[in-house]
Amino acid sequence: MPARVMVVWCPDWPVTAGVAAEDLAARAPAAVVSANRIVACSATARAQGVRCGQRRREAQGCCPELVVLTDDPDRDARAFEPVAAAVEGLAPGVEVVCPGLIALPARGPARYFGGEAAVAERIVDVIATQARVECQVGIADGLFAATLAAHRGLLVPPQGSAGFLAPLSITELHQDATGVDRAALVDLLHRLGLRTLGAFAALPVDDIASRFGLDGVRAHRLARGLGERPLARRDPPADLTVTRRFDPPLDRVDAVAFASREPAEQLHAALAARGLACIRLGISACTEAGEELHRVWRCAEPLTASGIADRVRWQLDGWLTSRDCRPSTGITLLQLTPEEVIGGQALQRGLWGESGEDDERAGRALVRVQAMLGPDAVFTGVIGGGRDPTDRVRLVPWGDDRVPARGAEDPLAGSSMCTEDPLAGSSMCTEDPLAGSSMCTASPWPGRLPAPSPSRVFTRPLPAEVLDDAGCVVGVSGRGRLTGVPYRIAMDGNPPRRVLAWAGPWPVEERWWEPGGGRRCARMQAVLDVTGPADDPLAVLLACETGHWRVEGIYE
Amino acid sequence: MMGVGVASVQVTPASTLSERLDVPGGRPSYPVIEPLTVLLPGGGLRRGSVIAVRGSLLLLLALLAEATVQGTWAAVIGVGDLGVLAAAEAGVVVRRLALIPRPGPDLAPVAAALLDGVGLVALAGADGLPARARQSLAARARQRGSVLLPLGQWPGADVELVCRVETWHGAEGGYGRLRSREVVVRAVGRGAAARPRAARLLLPGPGGAVTKALRHLAIKAVL
Repeated sequence: MPARVMVVWCPDWPVTAGVAAEDLAARAPAAVVSANRIVACSATARAQGVRCGQRRREAQGCCPELVVLTDDPDRDARAFEPVAAAVEGLAPGVEVVCPGLIALPARGPARYFGGEAAVAERIVDVIATQARVECQVGIADGLFAATLAAHRGLLVPPQGSAGFLAPLSITELHQDATGVDRAALVDLLHRLGLRTLGAFAALPVDDIASRFGLDGVRAHRLARGLGERPLARRDPPADLTVTRRFDPPLDRVDAVAFASREPAEQLHAALAARGLACIRLGISACTEAGEELHRVWRCAEPLTASGIADRVRWQLDGWLTSRDCRPSTGITLLQLTPEEVIGGQALQRGLWGESGEDDERAGRALVRVQAMLGPDAVFTGVIGGGRDPTDRVRLVPWGDDRVPARGAEDPLAGSSMCTEDPLAGSSMCTEDPLAGSSMCTASPWPGRLPAPSPSRVFTRPLPAEVLDDAGCVVGVSGRGRLTGVPYRIAMDGNPPRRVLAWAGPWPVEERWWEPGGGRRCARMQAVLDVTGPADDPLAVLLACETGHWRVEGIYE
Repeated sequence: MMGVGVASVQVTPASTLSERLDVPGGRPSYPVIEPLTVLLPGGGLRRGSVIAVRGSLLLLLALLAEATVQGTWAAVIGVGDLGVLAAAEAGVVVRRLALIPRPGPDLAPVAAALLDGVGLVALAGADGLPARARQSLAARARQRGSVLLPLGQWPGADVELVCRVETWHGAEGGYGRLRSREVVVRAVGRGAAARPRAARLLLPGPGGAVTKALRHLAIKAVL
């Protein structure tokens, strides 16, 4: 005998969520469309003839002012969280079956609130006031019967599920919320003359098993009012924050080093007991004078107990010894919050030494430097798509996700970790340098400079002046040609140097289709003569934009 | 028969003795790409040593390349406008190249912290460091088995590599493009590196990586 189950159903949930996200009027006729078919519509739209399964054009024909929303399961799930939280406030063991449908065991709440009708009324009230959505409640034996009861707003008496289901149409087997597609089975049963669930339930189970297999037996159990499976309860997320009060307040670094170890170990143990590991750690502290300090540490690798302790010590150390934002009194309260956790198996070491000792030691050293100079002092570069040497490289602060600024480095590599490895080996050098690019990229970048690239790329390009042999300024014409032969180049206000060799110009036009976002420039390479006996010839990369030359990089 | 086999396995040539004694903890040097091996005693970056690089940032990057491929981390302190793309073309695995562009006044403590965990630490702007700070950094590198690579002068460096640019190939009178640069790198130093060595290299060579310069191969603009 299946347990008493209460189901809370929010009708047309995708539409409700979409209307709320788009900030439309609640009464506006709206429908959610996926693959050109209506998957859900509002009551107003339904009154005008819109039905699920219609084509979008047909629906718009029935109801010309229909607002069409895109299908977004993430949005639905996100918007449903307040509803689930509201129900969880009244009763434990809530299971979100799908966005728009919640199941919970009915027995406990019914006893506590004094009757099933009282609970149902209370839940409808709470959801209406807290989450501001309408819902219906149904109670029956088993999830399937309770779902159908919720669609009708009924409280089916105990042991009455089979009787409640018997007169209902066989097509209701579609309404099983577990997401099993039974269209073929329902169609077949209909053609066999089994028009109601009762008629299907009356067949002997042995015959069903031999004719329709396992899925047929499951459907048969549902039709007889038996549960397919028990409820999976949702446990509220545990609060893993570790809090420590210090009396007397901590104002010395050595005391901090001692005090940080124990809470760090406690946090790590609490995470490990749940099979979790922390990759973003929030450290907050309060001082005696009521000042609040907070800093989030991001880590590329999951934190170990000593890793947590190190970060806490560095952070408190930094706060207590910093020159400008030093707290006026000692620290009385320390709080460690795991801001982002992942499954603990990610901490597993590679069998063949990947993510080995070297990476861990280097990571610790880099984090140590971050503690000294601030989080935006240590970078690693990520190479992406683009035309300039500046555009193609993004410097990522240590600990952040290594995502390139533009375009993926390799269309085959899914994650940012893998995109680097094609560069690691010698594959880069074997390619033809005349092909325009020595590194594979997803998109073509016409006008990109081929290797070798400048070894210094100035974040703030230096102003330059290009002169011909008569001392006149050389520019670039609208057709991308130089107006003279470069003879001398002056960089950053220094005296001009003879040009030994030059090449270019190569015009680049970017984003000309965007109003105000376009960019035209022309690049040129030049080798400049020595200025003294101790000097070397210098190769520079110049760019001309809006009539002004600048040095973008030098080949040092 | 048996005795001969054992003897031939256990005897070590005396020529390798001084190098083995130099190595702290007996660990091997960090490898460098093949064209650079002739410049360094032992053919690699000996752990615990100080190797000064003068005249070329790209030479420094090329020295880091092979070690990062094999999993060692490298850090470059105080070079604010390093071309990461050029580093990748020189063969450096940029995922293992940490950049600290603005160390501020704490140059020596930052370098010391990095020497603890990072195998290869390049340091620019060390000219202003007092002699005591330099000595303590060199001692830190020796103790941890890391390699300190100052960019510029470093009195008392184990090896000093000086790069002089000879010519650029590829660009001529508006045609072609810069393809390769011919340089001469000279190595002088103390101890095992006392004998001066020199190499003529293409730095960068075609495609960005370092290659040996071949004199008989006249590289001219094709266009």
